[in-house]
Order: sequence, then structure tokens, then C-alpha cells
Amino acid sequence: MSEKNRLTHLKQLEAESIHILREVAAQFENPVMMYSIGKDSSVMLHLAMKAFYPGKPPFPLLHVDTLWKFKEMIEFRDKRVKELGVDLIVHTNPEGIEMNINPFIHGSKLHTDIMKTQALKQALNKGKFDAVIGGARRDEEKSRAKERIFSFRDKFHRWDPKNQRPELWNIYNTRINRGESVRVFPLSNWTELDIWQYIYLENIPIVPLYFAKKRPVVEIDGALIMADDDRMPEELRAKAKMQKVRFRTLGCYPLTGAVRSEAETLPEIIQEMLLSRTSEREGRVIDKDQEGSMEKKKIEGYF
Amino acid sequence: MSKNLISTNIEKYLKEHENKELLRFITCGSVDDGKSTLIGRLLYDSKTVLEDQLSAVKRESRKYGTTNEEIDFALLIDGLQSEREQGITIDVAYRFFATDRRKYIIADTPGHEQYTRNMVTGASTANLAVILIDARKGVLTQTRRHSYIVSLLGIRHIVVAINKMDIVGYSEDVYKSIKEEYLKMFEKLSESLQYAQNGKSGYHKPTVDFIPISALKGDNVVQKSTNMQWYEGKPLLEYLDTIEISKDINLSDFRFPVQYVNRPNLDFRGFTGTITSGRIRVGEEITVLPSGKKSRIKEIVLPSLESGSELVTTPEAFAPMAVTLTLEDEIDISRGDLIVHSNNSLTTSDSIEAMIVWMDEKALELGREYEIKRATTSLNAIFEEIAFKKDVNSWEEIKTDTLELNEIGKCRLLLTRPIACDPYSKIKGTGSFIVIDKITNHTVAAGMILDAAKRERKKRVYTEAEIELNRYIRKHFPEWGCANIEEIK
Repeated sequence: MSEKNRLTHLKQLEAESIHILREVAAQFENPVMMYSIGKDSSVMLHLAMKAFYPGKPPFPLLHVDTLWKFKEMIEFRDKRVKELGVDLIVHTNPEGIEMNINPFIHGSKLHTDIMKTQALKQALNKGKFDAVIGGARRDEEKSRAKERIFSFRDKFHRWDPKNQRPELWNIYNTRINRGESVRVFPLSNWTELDIWQYIYLENIPIVPLYFAKKRPVVEIDGALIMADDDRMPEELRAKAKMQKVRFRTLGCYPLTGAVRSEAETLPEIIQEMLLSRTSEREGRVIDKDQEGSMEKKKIEGYF
Repeated sequence: MSKNLISTNIEKYLKEHENKELLRFITCGSVDDGKSTLIGRLLYDSKTVLEDQLSAVKRESRKYGTTNEEIDFALLIDGLQSEREQGITIDVAYRFFATDRRKYIIADTPGHEQYTRNMVTGASTANLAVILIDARKGVLTQTRRHSYIVSLLGIRHIVVAINKMDIVGYSEDVYKSIKEEYLKMFEKLSESLQYAQNGKSGYHKPTVDFIPISALKGDNVVQKSTNMQWYEGKPLLEYLDTIEISKDINLSDFRFPVQYVNRPNLDFRGFTGTITSGRIRVGEEITVLPSGKKSRIKEIVLPSLESGSELVTTPEAFAPMAVTLTLEDEIDISRGDLIVHSNNSLTTSDSIEAMIVWMDEKALELGREYEIKRATTSLNAIFEEIAFKKDVNSWEEIKTDTLELNEIGKCRLLLTRPIACDPYSKIKGTGSFIVIDKITNHTVAAGMILDAAKRERKKRVYTEAEIELNRYIRKHFPEWGCANIEEIK
């Protein structure tokens, strides 16, 4: 199959993403790359390193820290940034700190709004970024299937699904007025399987939480929640049991359910994914709040 | 087959799945043609639709369903809430699935005339078009429109899926008469698009194939139909898996639009970009356009994470690789320049003829300045003249002095500076551009270059004062290299 002068589908996706990242560097004054520490972010960072080789990416990374991320995520983040020698900006919503926002008390909706959506807007306003690179994929969720690669946002960071700019060939309209911005999604055309295969082929480091291991978890509303943080209410922690689990997506630990699994290696993870019959966002509590919820969040400025 | 391999030998499976080809296709048809049902079935049968998505759809089918089936595939396919409530699709949606051989990206676009711009958008990145025809209705006005658009956008392969064969009793006669009718129409279309026989100057005539299907029942979509023994070809998915696409890419004319100049340190100056077409080897002589400066390729640097002192390079690269080129000589190159082989000449002109698809609510204004973006070059342009607009249904050419939303016309543009042009039919990447309104920043049109236009510039008449001034400058400031306006032809 490996004929001369033909790129495999992964090589084509890689080339397309690199083209997009270079376009951002060339066309915007103050770009930033969102770094959520998850597997898609890891791939995106890897691609950004590749795109500007032998130099470094000409933009910083931005992590919106809700203070409720898994501990291992933060450790991984700091180690990775140091290894690669890239700049990292970390932002937490100071109002959220003041209010002592706690998803166990205030619920997922309020926590996500204040610590994620509002925090992101604050960070973007503070940094005056004109382009924000994110790792969203079109196959993740229905409303994303129609998202542009370069997606315009008004000065309130709002997305208007009915008024998107046509996007043709690989030519991207990067013109904006002061205060407006563009969200850029270089992984638009990657699927979950593409991401895993690429991680496997390129040996990209990912957070160990993706691999199965005995971990203390407690069942809350049918989701297995990690119990390794003393901010979790005592009565819940008391119910925690050691189980062999892994996480298919990473976010705030109280909102991210684990799955029971034996998959300890990348091929085993991929095998499990291919044989499983449920999609990856299922572990997330926020998507199912209400039908069309992701679309509503995007209109409000959530990524 | 591969399912077994996943459970028994995942490493072997991964090895086999590293080397898939990528095929992008567009589906043309309306909801009534069963387009969503077809896509839903492709996704469902290739195990792309997962249990939880399916159970959500089953829930919603009861709420919004417009079919009497158990699962309304259209709901799986229509993303946005507002659309679901109206029961229409308004935008291009991209969907993905994979087989053992290929990864697919579907551009799913609405078929109605008011969404012509969405179809053009979807067609712009596709290698192939699936045109759906309802077996009960045959070739309709919209079939003509869809065929015109995919041909205009230079799609190389058309497969006509004649759907709802179950409703016409799986009749071979129905299939045959629709096929004949389509081919007759397509001949006329080819003439109207002025295909050149040798494919050199005009359009490439796409390949056209026909498959009788029932998306609802699954005949000839993934499984070969047992109800249509008379059909000897492949079912749709096998057809998509095996159609030859490697020859669709132009590997003979090297084009490299410089995207970004990479200067991480004083010792390295590389020009990054994506090879639009053709191939390049280290040592070959190149010309930079529009300046015309020449040099040789010193290194082709690959994207990499190596931190060693040795650069990661390759002796040869080809489209569509994203690479970084370094040159033997220090010449001035910036974003927007085009690097080509020195022996591959192309026209440089400040006036182009192009087919324009208008995409904005606000109509085209002759004489107004717009920005155009072609590959990595941005420059200003005015529309000087519209030769005609094309009726997308009848293919008639109509006189006009404007283009409204969704209208397509042949225009002459005057550019603020010359660019190196390729006709779209030869090289998509350098023959295509977008038009941007400089006030609203909207993408208002898509353009496909036909040719560099012959300039018929009216000779300007200069005033006495201008001639005097010109003489004065030439006499006293020869180092300015001022042209003699009395000699300009």
C-alpha cells in the first residue's frame, strides 16, 4: 500500500493541520493555543512543535485551570511544558476562587459556567488574543459537524451558527476587526481513531489516567468518580472502592466518569475503543444536561 | 474480517490501518431523495454510529421524527437544534467514517437552490460526488444543478446513485432509462462547460458511474442487493473503496505558495508552505514569482520534533506535503510569493478571467474594491466586467451587471498587482481564490481562474502638466528610473 508519492490518511491529516497552524502564525498578531492536557491537546501540541521545526511555536499555550482538574493532569502539564520549552499561561477565574466554587455543592452547570466559560473569556480578554487555537474535532458532537476550521467570534466571543463565513478549499478568511477573534480548529477532520493511531505511531506522551490502573472511585449518579481529593465530601469518599479503571476523556474530576477497563497499553486502549459501543463524550456530565446543550454553550462562548 | 483482527491481534490491525487513503466526497440530493438515510446507513453499517448516539436518536425520533421508521437517520445527521425544529439542513456538515481501505470525509450539503453556496463549499474539497436521484422522479432540475456545480468545481468522479429502487419494484428498465437520460444531459453539460478533448485548457471531464440502490432497505449500499441480480457492478461502498484517485493529483507542475518565513535563529531561514502540486528535489533550480529571482533548493526540511543538531530532511517531497524549503542563495522572499520550477513557466498578470460564485446577501458591485485571497497571497481587486451569469438549472448564459447570492458568473477582475496564474482546471490550489468584503470582512465569493485576461487598456491621455512633470523628473532624477509616459503603449 505504501506507494511512492502518496500520503497515508494520517500523513494527509498531519499536513493539513500543520498548514492551518502556520496560517495562524502568519496571519494573526497575537495567537494562543488552548492546552487542556487531554489527548487531543497533546496531539495538537505535537503538531505545533512539528510545524515550526527547527524553531518553536510562535505562540504561547493557555490552560484554563478550574482548580478541579485531576492531580495527574497538572503534574503532566508542568513536566511537558518544561520538556518542550514552550510558554504556558495559566488562568483561573478569581471570582470563582473568591466564591469558593465547588461542583459538589454548586453543581456542574454553575461550576462549568464560572470556572470554564467565564474564565476562558477573562483569559482571552486579558491576553487580547486575536486567534485562539483549540483541539475540537468535528466528529465529537453533532453541532460540531458544521463548525468551520477558522470560526469567527464577535467581541463577546459569541458564535453565530446561522452566520458563518463560507470556507472553501484550504483558503481561510482571517480578516477581523479590533476586539473580534477567530477560533481555529486544526484537528477538525481527525476522528477519535485517527487521534489514537497518531499517538501510537508518533509515540506522543499522554496523561497516565488514560491507561487502566487500580484507582479509588466512587459511584455518583451512575458515573465512577475519582476519589483522591480531600475536597470531595466525606460521606462520598467513605464509599470509594479500588477498581481497575481508566478515563476516556479528561476534565474536572468530579464531572468526569471513569470506565472499568483492563487496557494498560495504547493498542489495548484502541482495541477497547474499537470494540466498545458507546461514544467518548458519554463520560461527560455536561453534554447531556439538555439536548443541544453543546450548541447552547458554544453560542455563550464555551469552546 | 477486521473485527476479528481487532479482538485477536490489535497490533497487526493497527499496522494495516496506518496506510489508508483519504477520500473526500460530497453528497448531492435533498432530504426527499433519501440523502440522510444513505449517509446514516453508511455510518451505521461501518460502525461509526455508536450505541449512545443511536439511543439519543431513537429518543428524538419520537419527538421530531418525520419518518415512520424506527430510526430517523436524518436526525442522526442533522446537527443543530434550530434546524431540527425546522426539519431542514442549512449548512455544510462534515462526517467521517472508515473502512479497512479508506478514511472518508463526507461533505453533507443541502440540495435546495438557496443553498448553492453551501454545495459549492462542500464540493471545493471533494474528490468525488455522489449524486442522488429518486427512481420515481428521474432526472430533475436539481440534478442538472448538482451536476453543473460539481463539474464547475473540478470534481473528477461522479457516481449517480439511483435511490428508492424498492418503490419501483427494483425495475431494471427504470434504472436504464434514468441512466440514459442522465448521460444525455451530461453530454450537453460537457458541451456547455466547453470541455477540451485533451483536458489541457478546459475542464477535465469527470468519470460517471451509476448504481441502483435503496438506502432505506440497504440494497447496494454496503451489501450487494439480492433484489437486483441484473446489476453487475459494485455496491456503493465497495465502489468508493476501489475507485482510483491517486491520479487525480497533479504531480508534474511544482507550485509552492510561501506561507510563513521561519527564522528561529540567525543560521536558519526556511520558507514554510504546503506543496500545492508537483514535486521537488534537493538541488533543483527554482524561480520565485512574481520577482523572477532564481536559486536552488538547498534542503527540504520535514516537520519534526528532533532536538539534535542534525536537521531532519528529505531528498524529495511532493503534494500535498507541508514542508520547509531552504535555498542556496540569500534572496528576498516573503509570504505570498510562489516558488516554481524554473523550467515551468506560467503567466503573470494583473487581470484575470474567473468563474465567480457569489455567496453574500449583498450583491456584487462592479468597480468596488474587494480583497482577494489566492493561496497565501492577499491583494485588492475590482470586478471590471461580468461577461454573463449562468442559470444553474438551464445552463443558459444571461447578460447581467451584478451577481446576487448563489449566482454564478464569468467575470474579469483587475488586480492591484500582477500574480502568477494557473487555470483552476490545471491546478486547483493556485487557480482558486476567495473574495472578501473589506468593510464587513465576510467571505462574499469564491473564484476559479479560467485564464489571465487579455488586457484591453485604454491608452490614458495625459495633460500637458503631467507630461512636463514627467520630463522634469526623468531629466533631474534619472536614478528614480521613472518611465517615459509619452512612450507607454
